[in-house]
Amino acid sequence: MHMADALISPVVGGAMWAATAGAAAYSVKKVQADLDEKKIPLMGVMGAFVFATQMINFTIPATGSSGHIGGGLLLAIILGPYAGFLTMASILAIQALFFADGGLLALGSNIFNLGFYTCFVAYPLVYRWITSKGYSQGRLLWGSILAAVIGLQIGSFSVVLQTIISGKIELPFGTFAMLMQPIHLAIGLVEGLITATVVGFIWKARPEIVERAASGKPLGSVSLRKVVAGLAVAAIMFGGIFSWFASRHPDGLEWSMLNASGKEELNASGGIYETLASVQEKIAFLPDYGFNNQEQKVIEETKETGGFWAGIDLGTSASGLIGGLMTLLLAGITGLVIYFVKKGKRQDII
Amino acid sequence: MSNITQSLYNIRLLDELAEKKTVIHKIHPLAKVMTTGVYLIVTVSFGRYELSGLIPLIFYPIIVIALADIPVITIAKRVLLVSPLIIGIGVFNPIINQDPMIIMPWIVISSGWVSFLSLLVKGILTALAALLLISTTGITKIALALRMIWVPKIFILQFLLTYRYISVLIEEVGRILRAYSLRSPREKGIRFSNWGSLTGQLLIRTLDRAQRVYYSMCCRGFKGEYNVGRELGIQFKDFLYFSGWSVYFLIIRYFNISELIGSLMIGVGK
Repeated sequence: MHMADALISPVVGGAMWAATAGAAAYSVKKVQADLDEKKIPLMGVMGAFVFATQMINFTIPATGSSGHIGGGLLLAIILGPYAGFLTMASILAIQALFFADGGLLALGSNIFNLGFYTCFVAYPLVYRWITSKGYSQGRLLWGSILAAVIGLQIGSFSVVLQTIISGKIELPFGTFAMLMQPIHLAIGLVEGLITATVVGFIWKARPEIVERAASGKPLGSVSLRKVVAGLAVAAIMFGGIFSWFASRHPDGLEWSMLNASGKEELNASGGIYETLASVQEKIAFLPDYGFNNQEQKVIEETKETGGFWAGIDLGTSASGLIGGLMTLLLAGITGLVIYFVKKGKRQDII
Repeated sequence: MSNITQSLYNIRLLDELAEKKTVIHKIHPLAKVMTTGVYLIVTVSFGRYELSGLIPLIFYPIIVIALADIPVITIAKRVLLVSPLIIGIGVFNPIINQDPMIIMPWIVISSGWVSFLSLLVKGILTALAALLLISTTGITKIALALRMIWVPKIFILQFLLTYRYISVLIEEVGRILRAYSLRSPREKGIRFSNWGSLTGQLLIRTLDRAQRVYYSMCCRGFKGEYNVGRELGIQFKDFLYFSGWSVYFLIIRYFNISELIGSLMIGVGK
């Protein structure tokens, strides 16, 4: 469910980073107030625990397939929501850096989708509510399953919204949501079941670990009012920022380009382009390259009548393709030149 | 098990690469973090059907790889495993959008393919940027850069601790899984009846380990502070590195270099 950099626009990525930074700053404040430095290693080692546990394959009964744990809910249950959220953020940051899993620009989205909804919505509103009347294996089971399912459903729906708003894919909203939500229902059920069995075991073996975190004293409990207020502020900010950009252009850079140049895309005419045009006549190695031929005329005629090829600039597409290939070649040669120069220097030293 | 070995290998390899002493490694971590940020923003700001404009962005990873002595094949292998989400969702683009787009008089492809390719290129470039940042900087220096931009020390500390203990915990999980597989042949994963006890016992051991880690840290003078061994000052070359690349990225964003080069070659667009 990791959101990828390629699927996100700068505005959506930036807004989600801002929302995550806000939630993280508040969590840091709460953790600092409620926690002694003794808990810092606890958070660190628990993060490593979740990271390592994600590699265990759990056989799903009666299906023959296997699943693994995400760990957000387990962290919230053991460490409390604030420390759990921060630990989840670390895990996701390490995954983005070392495994390019998700990506750095989408990291804000991923922390929010996988950490925020689990720690600040599903954990306090579902898990804590179900276990509020005391612990039993049944309550732990239902609390964990429902919390994991609800957390993942909101999280995956959030992925759908962020991707659609970013506008990088052709898939319509409804179809994308219909693909994502049922898959994450299954993932949520497995996540909930694994969390429930682990928490159930811990509660039997060392009940104080489960009860201490839930009592809210050492690691902080969540105020519902603040969560709702926080979500509302995030939504208004996100909506506000986004509609400001979206009303004009799909992303901020294009918007700034409009301001800077009066055009959404620079057509590269005038100054630099005219100079290049005069140079190109001299150096073009494919000057008569098939664009004065019959096919070009046919295309231009159809363009005039607004037919099939309307709106397609053949010259731009062709120069884009050839130029792109040339650029790739040039980049490759640059890399090789640097490599051989460095190798030569090293041999000189030896 | 192969998953676990692979993860450990991956982390250690990137750690080792970060220890090199090339021109790129000597650039201040903050300059590299910020350059990566600008690169990512510019890369993803390209529209759905923009493909040729993206190509000149490849210069950045290629130059960094060459200057920093990063093994190309090793990094390429990791990058090719770009998020399954990109391919999983992107593959619908050619199916849904079949509007024709002429590339050459004799080459017509659907716009969906262009948008899918654009998505893939962006996926590869952004994955490369993240891997190059970590393999030329290392996690401790990235933490230092984060501290310089006022990321709270409590977050940095637990981020570094998580990273430090990942290899310890992964090795422990590896031992548990080996022991389990020896006692339960032909099982693909952990059986439902053992889910709770296997993971739960590891969790209890982890909590006890955290306690021991804390005591050892106290013995070494830990008082909740984040100490950097050696302060790294920002020099002119670091500023030049960041500003040079940023200007280059912005030029790419504002001018389609590929198209300009293409126009020079084929003589169209006058």
